[in-house]
Amino acid sequence: MMGYLWAALICLSILTAALRGNMGAITPAIFSAAESGVKVAFGLIGTMTFWLGMMKLIETSGMMELLTKMLRPLARLAFPRIPAGHPAMNAILMNLSANVLGLGNAATPFGIKAMQEMQKINPLGDTASDEMCTFLAINTSSITLLPTTVMALRAAAGSANAADILGTTIIATCCSTAVALLADRLLRRKVER
Amino acid sequence: MAARIAEAAANWLIPLLILAAIAGSIWRRVDIFDRFIEGAKEGFTLSIRLIPYLVAMLVAITLFQASGAMEILSRCLEPLLGGLEGAADLLPLAIMRPLSGSASLAIVSDILERRGADSLVGRIASTMMGSTETTFYILTVYFGAAGVYRGRHALVAGLLADLVGFAAAFFICRIVFG
Repeated sequence: MMGYLWAALICLSILTAALRGNMGAITPAIFSAAESGVKVAFGLIGTMTFWLGMMKLIETSGMMELLTKMLRPLARLAFPRIPAGHPAMNAILMNLSANVLGLGNAATPFGIKAMQEMQKINPLGDTASDEMCTFLAINTSSITLLPTTVMALRAAAGSANAADILGTTIIATCCSTAVALLADRLLRRKVER
Repeated sequence: MAARIAEAAANWLIPLLILAAIAGSIWRRVDIFDRFIEGAKEGFTLSIRLIPYLVAMLVAITLFQASGAMEILSRCLEPLLGGLEGAADLLPLAIMRPLSGSASLAIVSDILERRGADSLVGRIASTMMGSTETTFYILTVYFGAAGVYRGRHALVAGLLADLVGFAAAFFICRIVFG
């Protein structure tokens, strides 16, 4: 699925450029995009290193146990096959907590760690496990209750009350997450049978 | 007021979390520096492993924009929305949102400048931006980290969620602010 979409994006772009006589833009765009891909990965190194170190301290400090206890009912519902206290579950809980609070910089390292830990217990090899799909459904649908970047942008654009979109954002977020979880469950059954 | 409280919360959360993690670890007599380094060691290899996935995705998305294909798709879809208010401004945002976080942020910024941050379209755009995620970036990075090639239904579920998020943002803002 991802592969077809990727191919479609590239082929359609080249065809469009050909029809519009815009072919000169293609090659430079490819190389600048390739370079920025490396830059994004390099930009992640610092925050990844820091937060993975910090996560160890969050585990040793006992805060992880507290968080696990608080979120256990929800976690058991969404990820019934990952045991409490498993490194994958710890990273998932940290990722979801950081996401809810709008801490995107912290959420990504925890999410990457969670995927890596889930891969260790993935029975399907290079195919995504059920747990991974559920985790990604939650992450791609956004669960942020504090859209800090958007509020900053609104304030900069001269909004009288930059936070007045908080309520509508939370409702829309709940709608999209509910649909993501529902789609995850319904589509999963189809795949398995 | 609410914006300032939210901003203060965002500023305080991470420092307080770090403080609590360090204080708790000292309390439990953990060798904090060793443990920190132990975790941090993984950061470099995990990040570097993402490069092929990120390059592949960014090339496709950049081409989609640079070739003008995005613009054409947006124009083709516009009549389908039957003259809903702000469709011409909001459609490019809806198309770019799952593909690129920085490009969609630029579109929101442009809408806020041209139409006003407190206009209905400005508020719909803000709500759309805040209530959805960069689905492709997340799938690329997370599957890349796990080394997973077949993502099953994750992409469809993510895009469906985006679509519902956009529709919800549009209608809820019309009810609340309209």
